[in-house]
Formats: sequence, structure tokens, C-alpha cells
Amino acid sequence: MTTDTRAIEIGHDNKQGGLAVVEMEHVKKSFGNNHVLRDINLVVHKGESLVILGQSGTGKSVLIKCIVGLVDPDDGKLVILGQDVSELKSKELIELRKKIGFLFQSGALYDSMTVRENLEFPLRRQIRSTPKETIDSLVKEAMRNVGLAESIDMTPSELSGGMRKRLGLARTLILKPEIMLYDEPTTGLDPITSKEISSLILEVQKIYDTSSVIITHDIDCARRTANRIIVLKDGICAAEGSYADLAKSEDAWIRSFFE
Amino acid sequence: MKEKSSEHSEDQHHEAEIVTETFSEAAPDSIFNRFFLEVSSLATFTLRFFKEVFKPPYEFNELISQSFLIGYKSVSLVGITAFIMGLVLTIQSRPTLAKFGAESWLPAMVAVSIIREIGPAITALIFAGKVGSGIGAELASMNVTEQIDAMQVSGTNPFKFLVVTRVLAATLMLPLLVVLADAFGLFGSFVGVNVHGHVSTYLFFSQVFQSLQFQDLFPAVVKTFFFGFAVGIIGSYKGYNSSEGTEGVGKAANSAVVFASLMIFIIDMVAVQITSLFQS
Repeated sequence: MTTDTRAIEIGHDNKQGGLAVVEMEHVKKSFGNNHVLRDINLVVHKGESLVILGQSGTGKSVLIKCIVGLVDPDDGKLVILGQDVSELKSKELIELRKKIGFLFQSGALYDSMTVRENLEFPLRRQIRSTPKETIDSLVKEAMRNVGLAESIDMTPSELSGGMRKRLGLARTLILKPEIMLYDEPTTGLDPITSKEISSLILEVQKIYDTSSVIITHDIDCARRTANRIIVLKDGICAAEGSYADLAKSEDAWIRSFFE
Repeated sequence: MKEKSSEHSEDQHHEAEIVTETFSEAAPDSIFNRFFLEVSSLATFTLRFFKEVFKPPYEFNELISQSFLIGYKSVSLVGITAFIMGLVLTIQSRPTLAKFGAESWLPAMVAVSIIREIGPAITALIFAGKVGSGIGAELASMNVTEQIDAMQVSGTNPFKFLVVTRVLAATLMLPLLVVLADAFGLFGSFVGVNVHGHVSTYLFFSQVFQSLQFQDLFPAVVKTFFFGFAVGIIGSYKGYNSSEGTEGVGKAANSAVVFASLMIFIIDMVAVQITSLFQS
């Protein structure tokens, strides 16, 4: 196990160097005496798929919740799509959030609504004057893109784990976000469904031209989806590089993720 | 970065959790501190309600939907309970009044009891059990399954959409349910009177309305708005700020009922004192 607190840069992907959509500089977050994020520095480039790996409790979920504004950092600078989040007013922050999609670990589907209503909800909230025909066509398009066109009138409780993830993804994509954040997208799914979700993440990235940040423990998902991988350890970015480079790392702790 | 937190009103429930955790570490055994922390958190939550309720956009559709769920779906429970309450009260009061030869006062006595106190209090307690626990469990479950976070991420203010609408619906629906409960209670009393004798509908209800005055009815209705508000705000507070996990859902539902019931009695006590000031 390495105790080095600096990020170990191993190789560079061709996506790096593009326009930065997310920039974090010296971001810190603590809950009481628990220092979850101690000094996070990272950049996500446009069109890139960044995977964040790390053991449980290293602050991966807190990190992406900082990006979407569900958790406020205690310190540091967070710039999203060129806007410094600390300088935004509530309304501006809400506008910014519309450009960020978040797929929750559990799907976070509204149990009291049908699949159709789940998809219509963000549209009706954000664009109140949207005509019904437009909403219908956007809902159908999103359902088609995640392969759930037949399940439109079901309730979330009638869906399988994989279908719930797909629906959660469709609900997020319906607003056509520029950045997609995935919190453990394959957790709790069988290997075949996990593979399907990983492929779907790549398809979505192509269709919607999004930049993605994927939090995962699933090394197969990381291999399939990552342009670049960051490994978190003790609240800092401990290593960074492509899958192939990190898998060959001299650091046994980093290598252990890939074995 | 920290200064921004005050602008992020949606994030306050996360902050409340953190405050609670920090506090628990600082003084785990201090019951008084815990009590005052809880009261101050509830006060902050209530202030936030008043701040959000007047700010557009207004969630009329959700308010109507919640009023239907909270009000209309409680009608049968409240109606049946109030009918039985009126019937039992009448049957049990009759022997005592008969001893003093005051049996003819039975409709008047039962009417004043039901309208002034028993109708509002019992209905509010039933309401706390059904609606308060329902709101607490629903919001806690949404919290645990990250539905509240999902709402926030999609650009919706979850406090306004979930809390404000439920509190308003509870505040507006309870007075209507109490009026309905009073009517069912009086009908139950009429049936109770006729169990051991025969009193015509006209005679019974004319005695009832002769015995009632404006000062019986008005404070009784006014306090029900406060009862409804207490049930809504406490249920929402407990659910919205519930701890993680399924255990938190049960705790939120349970403590919503307990605290709302306690608050109903406290409000009732204060209302009686205020009313008696005006009557004297």
C-alpha cells in the first residue's frame, strides 16, 4: 500500500487537454471529525469518460455530490462549465444543475409515479410551458434510447434492478445534460446486466455528447467505460492514468484494484 | 465556499443531520441539550416553511393532490370514529344525568362536549396517527432512497414540492374533517339517545343548536388549523430529516405521531386558556 499523498500520474489519454467541464482545486469536505475529502484536484474534459475508483468510505460519492451541488465543499475551488460554483446565486445554481445529470446508485425513482410520470416530472418542472406533444415525444425518445419502450405504463416496483437503472438514466437524459455523473451504476446487478449498463453508458455518451464521471467498484465497468481513471485514497487523488497504465502500476495497492 | 451554504436552502436537511451528528458527539447524554437542539431545528424548519410558502412558483397541483390524499382519504376513518364517539359518550353520560334528573340535558351536554373539545381533539389525534405517520414515513423513505436528492438535482425545490404542500394540505383539511366529525358525532349521539327512549330528530337537534353559542364554535374551529399545521410540520420535519436506513423510516413515522400528539395537547391547553380569558 502506498502512503504517498500526491497523485501518481501514469500515462495520459488522448482526451486530456480538451475543454475542461469540471475543475476541482484543493476541494475539502469534512463531516464532524471525519475528513472525507482532504485535498481533491481533478479536471474532467469535454467528451471524456472519467472513472473514479477507491475503497468504500474514501469519499467517491461525496466527491460527485459536490459536483452536482448536493454537498457544499468546506474549502477549495469548484468550476463547472466555466462557472465558479461558489459565486453562483441559488437561481444560477439551479440553471447549472439542469446541465448536469446524476444517476443515483438506487436509481432514486419516484415510487408513487409510473414510469411515464417519472420521466415527465423533470420536464414539467423545468420547462413548465412545454406542450404535451413535445413531452410525449421526448419521453418516448428517452425510453427508446435506454431500451425500455415497452415499460412506459409500469410502476417502478414492477421493474427489475437493471430496468430501474435504465429508467433512472432515461429520466436524467431527458433534460439532455452536458455532464453525466454515475454513482455506482452497476452495483447490485448481475454480470450480464452490468455489461449492458456499461455499454449503455458509452452509447449515451455518443448520442448525447456528454462528459461522464463514473464512480464504481466494478473493475469490468471501469475497463469498458474509462478514458481515464482516478484512484481515491484517504480523501485525495492517489493515482491517475488509463486502465492499462494503472493495471501495470508498480504500486501494489493500486495494482490490487485491477487484479 | 462555506458562505454559499446559506444560499443553498435545499441543502439544509443535510446540514441539520451534520449538526445533529456533531452535537451527539459533543454531548451524547445531555437530554436537555438534545431537547433544545430538536426544538431549535424544528423552529428553523418552520421558519423555512413560512419563507417558502409565499415564494413562487406555487405548487397548486400537488397541493390539490395532497389535499385529496390527506383529507378525502381520511373521511371514512374520521366519520366512523366520530359516530362511535358520540354514541358511546351519550350512552355513558345518560345514567349520571338520570341520577340528577337532568336527562333532558343530554343532547345539550353532549353537543357542547363534542363541538368544544372532544370532536377537535379526538379527530386531531386520529389525524396525527394516520396523516402524521404517513407523511413522516413517506418523506423518510424518499430520503433513504435518494428521491429527495434526485428531485433537487432535477432543479426542483423538494422542500417546496414535498413539505410546503403537505403542511398546507394538513392545515386546510383538518378543520373540514373536524366539522364532519362533529356532524357524525352528533348523529351518533342522536342514535345513543334513542337507544333507551324516543327523541325526535327535530327535538334533538333543536336542543343541540339552542345549547351552542358562537364562542363554542369559533375557538374550536380556529384551533383545528393549528392542530393541522402541527401534524403537517412535525410529520414533514421528522421525515425530511430522518437518519439513513430503513430503521430511520420507522423512527420518523413513530416520532411524528408521538410529537404531533403531544403538540396537539399543548396547543389545546393554550387555546383553552386564551378562550377562557375572552369568556371571563
